[in-house]
Amino acid sequence: MIEFQLNGERVSIDVPADTPLLWVVRDSFKLKGSKFGCGAGLCGACTMHMDGIAIRTCVLPVGAVEGKSITTIEGLGTPDNMHPLQQKWVEYSVPQCGYCQSGQLMSASALLANKPKPTDDDIDAAMAGNICRCGTYPRIRAAIHSAAKDISAGVQYFEPAATTGGSNGDSA
Amino acid sequence: MATRRDFIKLMGITGGGLVIGIPAMAQGAELSASGVEGQSLIANAFIQIRPDNSVHFYQPRSEMGQGINTGLTTLVAEELELAPEVIEIHHVGADSAYENPGYNIQVTGGSSSMYYHYLPIRQAAAQARELIRLAAVQQLKTSADQLTMRQGMIWHNDLGYPYGQFASGAQNLELDFEPELKKPEKFSLIGRDRPRLDGIAKSTGTAEFGVDIELPDLHHAVLVRCPVFGGTVKSYEAKESLLMPGVTDVVAIEHGVAVVAEHYWQAKKAAQKLSAEWDLPELANYSGEDVENALRAGLQEKGKEAHSDGDRDAALANSVQEIQAEYYAPYLAHATMEPMSCTARIDNGHCDIWLGSQSPGIAAGIASIYSGCDKDNVTVHSTFLGGGFGRRSGNDYVAEAVAIAKASNKTVKMIWSREDDTKHDYYRPASAVRMSAGLDQAGKISQWEVKRSGPNVMPYLIDESADAMMSGIIPNAAADWLSKLGHGLFKKFIVDSASVEGLFEDYEFPYKQVSHVTVDPGLRTGYWRSVGHSQNGFFKESFMDEAAHASGQDAVEFRLAHCGQDTQLHRVIQTAANAAGWGKAPAGRFHGIAAHRSFETAMAEVAEISITNNKITVHKVFCAVDCGLVINPDIVRAQVESGIIFALSAALYGEINLDKGAVRESNFHDYPVVRLPESPQIEVHIIDSQEAPTGIGEPAVPPLAPAVANAVFAATGQRLRRLPLSLETAS
Repeated sequence: MIEFQLNGERVSIDVPADTPLLWVVRDSFKLKGSKFGCGAGLCGACTMHMDGIAIRTCVLPVGAVEGKSITTIEGLGTPDNMHPLQQKWVEYSVPQCGYCQSGQLMSASALLANKPKPTDDDIDAAMAGNICRCGTYPRIRAAIHSAAKDISAGVQYFEPAATTGGSNGDSA
Repeated sequence: MATRRDFIKLMGITGGGLVIGIPAMAQGAELSASGVEGQSLIANAFIQIRPDNSVHFYQPRSEMGQGINTGLTTLVAEELELAPEVIEIHHVGADSAYENPGYNIQVTGGSSSMYYHYLPIRQAAAQARELIRLAAVQQLKTSADQLTMRQGMIWHNDLGYPYGQFASGAQNLELDFEPELKKPEKFSLIGRDRPRLDGIAKSTGTAEFGVDIELPDLHHAVLVRCPVFGGTVKSYEAKESLLMPGVTDVVAIEHGVAVVAEHYWQAKKAAQKLSAEWDLPELANYSGEDVENALRAGLQEKGKEAHSDGDRDAALANSVQEIQAEYYAPYLAHATMEPMSCTARIDNGHCDIWLGSQSPGIAAGIASIYSGCDKDNVTVHSTFLGGGFGRRSGNDYVAEAVAIAKASNKTVKMIWSREDDTKHDYYRPASAVRMSAGLDQAGKISQWEVKRSGPNVMPYLIDESADAMMSGIIPNAAADWLSKLGHGLFKKFIVDSASVEGLFEDYEFPYKQVSHVTVDPGLRTGYWRSVGHSQNGFFKESFMDEAAHASGQDAVEFRLAHCGQDTQLHRVIQTAANAAGWGKAPAGRFHGIAAHRSFETAMAEVAEISITNNKITVHKVFCAVDCGLVINPDIVRAQVESGIIFALSAALYGEINLDKGAVRESNFHDYPVVRLPESPQIEVHIIDSQEAPTGIGEPAVPPLAPAVANAVFAATGQRLRRLPLSLETAS
């Protein structure tokens, strides 16, 4: 039995410890916002936060998250209560096919949490691990800068929701 | 010459122009209307207004990122006089009502969605609007001129009545006139920026893709395929796999062996324990440079004429300088972010499939064949597509999922790995071309001759789709015979227009000639964003640059001199060059230009690059586009940005190689694509136009690679004639 926090809730799951966190979250906890893209940590579609750090969960064994705090896109914000970055994503019409955007947002939100006023170089470094085949990169950059500007102008920074999405998973 | 529409004719289905009549009803839409209190207005297959005042749009085209959900819904909202955000958009299943009027099959591709739906969808919405108005006239006992419609309400004597109040009454009425469309000067939505309608769902992880489907008793399948396209299962050993936890079945289908398990990860691990032997096709003889050598050798053969225009003897007589060059572009994968996936359930003579597809109608036909269920007993449940670019017009993943569901007698979701996706694509055909041109005394091109050698797309499409499209029209055996015929036809008698499109059309030359030699190693090919234009634009525009240089002329002036003054192409070249400050590149940077027309849209791009240690960096791309009337300028800009970045991946990195017939590349480490730090700044200039809307999903792709290559020539004097562009391997 592996225990961890998922979007603010304590959860436990009985699966082989080598199962990647992505598939546990998707198939056992039925949170489908995090996506499978490459299975090798190369594209970033599966990005979640582990204790606030952006990580690629398609290669992260669930055994390694024992006692950790995991946040997924569902925990970042909801359609009725969006994170400032999600609001900017909508305003700038960032998504096209949309498949990579959960991962993009998790990388971007981890960046802003650590560097509220990122430079272009900071954005390059934080976002280089997230591939988008639709080519939404120019809008991703613009949306991050715009969110950062709002934050520095005193727009209240959002706390990830503590109650959305989590539940006990079934056992595999 | 065969065009994509000729495919329809070849299949014996009568083609036609734009559909004027609006389909009255569709299976899926009809079902969805039930369960609402009172009677809904089902105006046609596209629009419903329900008594609860909800407005529903059965959006006929697949949304794969291009923004057609927003674009077509904007048209509906414009005609219905309400905000697009209040409309509930439904992905549609397979139904003849939702065929693409341009192709008469239910397909989303060819940058055609706005082009072919601009009028029909507005007509469908106008029909609903007039039925509501007519019902309001009756219920409010007034005349039409006493009513106004705005913001989703009928206004009468300063009182607003929601449309839903008239839905039941409207359903029993018929219009005895053709509803008028709104005049352009009254447009309040068309032509204006507005955020995408799927932005919230796609920014909160709530948009549903094929891979996200959940069903009762769902099992997961991982398929081990023959590594060489076209190979079949000879034998397999599954003892170890069957002992793995969660595994319920191991089943062999035509091209592979599937492991079915309760969870994806169990299936994935068990599949690694499987061993199989294969019967290999001839393609297994190709490795390394064999493909390129075979295609270049093809250029020595006499080609079949694909196009000829003008007086060759006169042109040759005027020519004082001849230039000639050979170019090459490799096979390419699409690499959509969502690997292929499809869920299938066969129950009691009915087959349900869940997927994102660019061709749900063909998917239904394929599901019918592989499930054994009648086509009327196949239901397609469409989702958002995690990228298309042409890949999801192929339906191999449907055939596989349905075959596995049938063989295992389970409801299965089959998910491809990234490796599966890279190694089992419908690849952009590799191409070799020989370009030759003659220049006259005045330094203008007098003759333009191209020979192209390589595989075609159409035979593979026919192979896959003939049975599916024909089922119910002609007997299966005949369809099978027809599909086998495809390769022979294109080898011997027909030139697939997709193989030569874009090589010759754009400029005015006294003599033009294109010939074609089919050389096909046997790797499956398919439509790749902008199709033939994607590589032919590179060949044509690079060689135009060579001709300009040979005649000692400026690359912009030279192009302008070869297109008419008052043409779209002239305008976009001029606009892009002005925007870039042509001739005045900043220190250490270099400009290259290319222009190309595809899907009725004209596009010119200037690439601003620098070179350090043989590495090409693209800093900025200035683009001018003429795509007719623009519905949402921000979506046009987004598609241009998208096309440029997609094309940059191909220009700098894209290459699929074979090793004993198997694709060597596997994942993003060896099939790299552009990432955010390398993404250039992009400036988009949209030419103001009131002409009918034309394509925008693809036309930004073709000019990018030649614009970069021409900039490399400006920087180094080296002419790069092979994709991907590399200064290190350039000879």
